[in-house]
Amino acid sequence: MIQSLTDGILVGAIVSLGAIGLTMVMHMLRFANFSHAELLSIGAYSALVFDALFAGILPSLANNIGPLSMTWALILSMLCAMGVTGLSAVLINEFVFKRIREKGSELSMVFASFGVAMIIRNVLGLIFGLKSQLYSNDIVFAVMVSSEPQLLIKPDQVFVLLAALLIMLVLHFVLSRTTFGYALRAVAENPSLAEVTGIRLSRIIALVWIISGLLAAAAGVFYGLNNHINPVIGRDLVLPIFAATIVGGIGSVFGAVLGGFIVGIAANMALLVLPSGYSPAVPFLIILVLLLVRPHGLFGEAET
Amino acid sequence: MFFTTIASILAIAVLGLNLQWGNTGLFNGGVVAFFGAGAYGTLLLGGTPQADHIGGFDLFYPLALIGGAAAAGILAWVVGRLTLHLRHDYLAIATFGVAVTFENVMRNAQGLSGGAKGLRGFTRPLEAWVNDGFIYNVLFLTVVVVLLICTYWFLERLICSPYGRQLRAIREDETAARSLGKNPGAIRLTAFITGSCILGLAGGLYATFYAFVSPQDVLPTLTFQLWAMLIVGGAGNNRGAIFGTFLIWGAWTASGWSLARFAPVEVQLYTGTMQFILIGLVIVGMLMWRPQGLLPERLVVSQSGTKKLN
Repeated sequence: MIQSLTDGILVGAIVSLGAIGLTMVMHMLRFANFSHAELLSIGAYSALVFDALFAGILPSLANNIGPLSMTWALILSMLCAMGVTGLSAVLINEFVFKRIREKGSELSMVFASFGVAMIIRNVLGLIFGLKSQLYSNDIVFAVMVSSEPQLLIKPDQVFVLLAALLIMLVLHFVLSRTTFGYALRAVAENPSLAEVTGIRLSRIIALVWIISGLLAAAAGVFYGLNNHINPVIGRDLVLPIFAATIVGGIGSVFGAVLGGFIVGIAANMALLVLPSGYSPAVPFLIILVLLLVRPHGLFGEAET
Repeated sequence: MFFTTIASILAIAVLGLNLQWGNTGLFNGGVVAFFGAGAYGTLLLGGTPQADHIGGFDLFYPLALIGGAAAAGILAWVVGRLTLHLRHDYLAIATFGVAVTFENVMRNAQGLSGGAKGLRGFTRPLEAWVNDGFIYNVLFLTVVVVLLICTYWFLERLICSPYGRQLRAIREDETAARSLGKNPGAIRLTAFITGSCILGLAGGLYATFYAFVSPQDVLPTLTFQLWAMLIVGGAGNNRGAIFGTFLIWGAWTASGWSLARFAPVEVQLYTGTMQFILIGLVIVGMLMWRPQGLLPERLVVSQSGTKKLN
């Protein structure tokens, strides 16, 4: 019970990071981006490449930090991977979504996002192989925090949770204390009015994509650290991330954070009563319940 | 023969999808769930009794097929009631979730669907009576083609009818349609259910053809393939839908065959991967350069005697 809760909080932190980016993009561009979860894969894999690179150049970086399986090389790689993923997100927007938005409807963009997701997922599979990979082959043993009720926590999990919370805090300050944050909210409220006041729409949109890429890459690395990296990370996470955005209400960053934790915890708790084979279906059940009870999400506003 | 049969079955499915997306503007992200509901429904109703799971009611085959289509319709009713009045992306996400969940449940619910092993114990109708594989396949193809023509005819009639005009009116401008006293919610729901029943029918035929269905048949891949067919053919155009189906299914089969034939063994492991990249490129490329498809939707002027638009 308490073990499921703890694991759920951790999964929730990862889902939250993914959901923040998705909810921002969905709010700003008004389409359901099914390729968002693939950004997590891009992040996870590029960190894998950078990790090997850094460990090769400076072997001393490849030592574990304290009790973690995390190395300095991996932390550096994560930062680089965040850059790569942010850049990929902007490029995907520039080459695909922007052009389709100029031509067709929001619906075409949803279709296109499925196509993009498929291309990214399978190109990654082609480059890195379909097998699962790990950042570190060392086995990190979980620490028993209490035996009755049983609770095992890996040091990595604590690190991931703290890092995720730190990233969210930084984002909160960026959004609530900077001119960029104001501009962003202005654009989300009313794009044309925001343009009249001198905000460059295309720049804000590009920045939103970068932020969502940065967060997705962090989520991808954290996911890879706790599970393993394979080309279908995106496929496995797309539904939980969507569930989190819907629970939180599209457009609400706080909602996405809370939604992520709700989805993570609920998915782990559900395994106490459901056979584990059913776990991929749990996010969908959450979506259904929410649409019945509160169709616009916890913090969302009804849109016309 | 084999190719034409499958392509014709898929064409029925794409026609159903066209009613939802092309004519009504509804995004169905879980095509396979409705296709699969039809497939599982038909086999459960029409199959022989099995020891390890329910079903096997041994119904008269056409009844089983209708039952399968109805199963898809019921699923569509449930999903539609929950999501059709919301923003369009909710429908996309919910239907996508339905597909994931459907596959998941079929894989795990041993007692309902035979689990990962799939459903067996179905004898194809009249197979014992015909008693010749080739003739049977010809007969089966004939039936499928007849059903395809019926579906096509039905949908063509439907979109020329006042009902079809309502669908397009809602797709183009919901507020305007509402101001004329139409009820967009109800009309969307019926269109969604009708389209899903057609998808279910195609699923039923598909399962009948193989006399077998497993979770492997209801993977999200099929959704993408069907979309690619509709996008390439031209959303909103029934002939385009059929044309696109044959084109894409031909390309899919040909690429699979040539990779298996000519590619080195170590590459063959990645056949599916490469085919998916191609399908993804086709979808994205069409949307970017020719969003109306190869055969674009024609402007239907359904009331003769009125002045032509444009």
